[in-house]
Amino acid sequence: MGSRGVIPRGLGRSYGDPAQNCGGTVLDTTGLNHIVEFDAESGLAVCEAGVSLDQLISRGLSAGWFVPVTPGTRQVTVGGAIAADVHGKNHHELGSFGRHVKALRLLTADGTVRDVTPRTEPELFWATVGGMGLTGMILSATVQLIPVESSLVSVRTDRTPDLDTCMELMADLDAEYPYTVAWLDCLARGRNLGRSVVTCGSFASVEELPERKRQAPLQFSPGKPITAPDVFPRQLLNTATVKVFNEFWYRKAPLHKTGQLQSISTFFHPLDALAEWNRVYGHTGMLQYQFVVPFEQADVVRRVLQRISSAGVPSFLTVLKRFGAESQGYLSFPKPGWTLAMDFPTWIPGLSRLLDELDEQVLAADGRLYLAKDSRMRPEHLSAMYPRLDRFRALRAEVDPEGVFMSDQARRLAL
Amino acid sequence: MKNAFDQPQSLLILGGASDIALAVARRMVAERTRRVVLAGRPSPALSAAAKDLRAQGAEVEEIAFDALRPETHEQVIDAAFELGDIDVVLMAFGVLGDQENDERVPMEAVRVAQVNYVGAVSAALVSSNALRRQGHGHLVVLSSVAGERARKANFIYGSTKAGLDAFAQGLGDKLANEDIHVLVVRPGFVQTKMTAGMAKAPMATTADAVAADILQGIAKRSAVVWSPSKLRPVMSVIRHLPRPVFRRLPL
Repeated sequence: MGSRGVIPRGLGRSYGDPAQNCGGTVLDTTGLNHIVEFDAESGLAVCEAGVSLDQLISRGLSAGWFVPVTPGTRQVTVGGAIAADVHGKNHHELGSFGRHVKALRLLTADGTVRDVTPRTEPELFWATVGGMGLTGMILSATVQLIPVESSLVSVRTDRTPDLDTCMELMADLDAEYPYTVAWLDCLARGRNLGRSVVTCGSFASVEELPERKRQAPLQFSPGKPITAPDVFPRQLLNTATVKVFNEFWYRKAPLHKTGQLQSISTFFHPLDALAEWNRVYGHTGMLQYQFVVPFEQADVVRRVLQRISSAGVPSFLTVLKRFGAESQGYLSFPKPGWTLAMDFPTWIPGLSRLLDELDEQVLAADGRLYLAKDSRMRPEHLSAMYPRLDRFRALRAEVDPEGVFMSDQARRLAL
Repeated sequence: MKNAFDQPQSLLILGGASDIALAVARRMVAERTRRVVLAGRPSPALSAAAKDLRAQGAEVEEIAFDALRPETHEQVIDAAFELGDIDVVLMAFGVLGDQENDERVPMEAVRVAQVNYVGAVSAALVSSNALRRQGHGHLVVLSSVAGERARKANFIYGSTKAGLDAFAQGLGDKLANEDIHVLVVRPGFVQTKMTAGMAKAPMATTADAVAADILQGIAKRSAVVWSPSKLRPVMSVIRHLPRPVFRRLPL
């Protein structure tokens, strides 16, 4: 294996460097793609680490089960979802992915295979959930799915003229809907600051379906995505083009509409509509910036949006969401509060300093950045953002004293 | 490990008290660099440099390094890599010598060659092997315009830099497909400790200006940078001057 260690890699959807290992070994887990056991009665699935959420959804839906948590793409593996403790639009209700994992089979650095559950080995379990692959290699996991009556989501859409309206509405709707999220126009300024399109939804019951769909309410047949060609110039996404897109996207949304039925792909997985969508950013690429701040620090969201819009830095997809209870994972990202995710083309001049400045605000507000998306934060900020970092390090020193499991992110941030 | 903006986090300087190297370190620490290893002969200048960088917030290690003892290079350089990845290795040691004196005392000329060429060959190979093992990194080699065409006034120094320059270019070509970047830097007359007391040459520059050019060269992964860049066409003319003309020039 060599002195540079090893890191497991699933479908490679992390935005930064957690599944890279310069000079060392990267283990592709996508060969471990069997759903070992699926109980249609209880919705309990035992899957190998490389099983994708796409696979798990296809298998589960036919029996009326859906993954408890899904990020904006189905193209992530179960192992990756656990390692990053991913969240979705239903975090306020069901928390992050790790909460639904009943057991893990973990290959640790000493070569032993351990069956880890939150009851038998809580420390190792919660270090592995959100542990970015650094406690060992997840071989398989037992995941509890959630029951659904149909494969369609009944969606409510609202257009809100500014940030306050958006935040108030989201707070109200969280009590009514299991899935809520808002898209924000990051370039809107002044009284339009934070204008948004709030969407929320819940799985439709059979009665809510139109007649013709009641025969096969659980049908799931996502179309094949179009693949983006590798031809885009690096500055295609700039302030002007994103402004035009945002204007269009905002105007396109209905002022208020309820009961619209959307497929799982449309509602949950916008990123899967265009394969290799990152190519749209050209060769210089993009980076994601996602933070969470406690509810009482909601003003940080406003200040960040003001900073972004006044600097005219275009974020193509700006997403606001309310998190529920904190996960037990030592390095899990979600905690109660507002989370804002943005993506920026990396060529923007001065972006590095601008994001450093935002880091300071997030830090001062007792917030944190998401490790699955970070690719540039300062390592010295990590322990303030993640108060359980010391416990994570201590546990890692115990199960992997020689640092066999190692990634570029772990080196960069001294995890 | 570098981040998404390609900003290095760690720097190893061989010849730690060099003015140009320090200017590079200051600029890097102002961005993302936290760990700086200063390798050089223990001296008040080296300690002062370490203190200066610590005041800026860097974690600085001082290690003893002697260009004249190539048999120790492996141990010294590997020790720096042992404690963590090194994103940039900057080779900044070198002596100017005293041309007239060194012509009379050949052993002095040999010493210039041993530091500037022999020591650099050894240090560059040891460093590049360490970079290959870690799978990434930049090796910056300070050459000089003096190596472009040897002049009567300092051909001993010039010839050592000519040799080093050719060596480093070849090393860079060899490592290009391993993702290790070698940058050859050709500064002109730089006002530093090394040139203190000498008459200022045309197009003289400062250590900080050279540092800025070096950082740009790292970011762009250039093979060679001239500092200032206008030296490139100037030296091209000088290089092609017919020898009878060149000999008559007061260079």
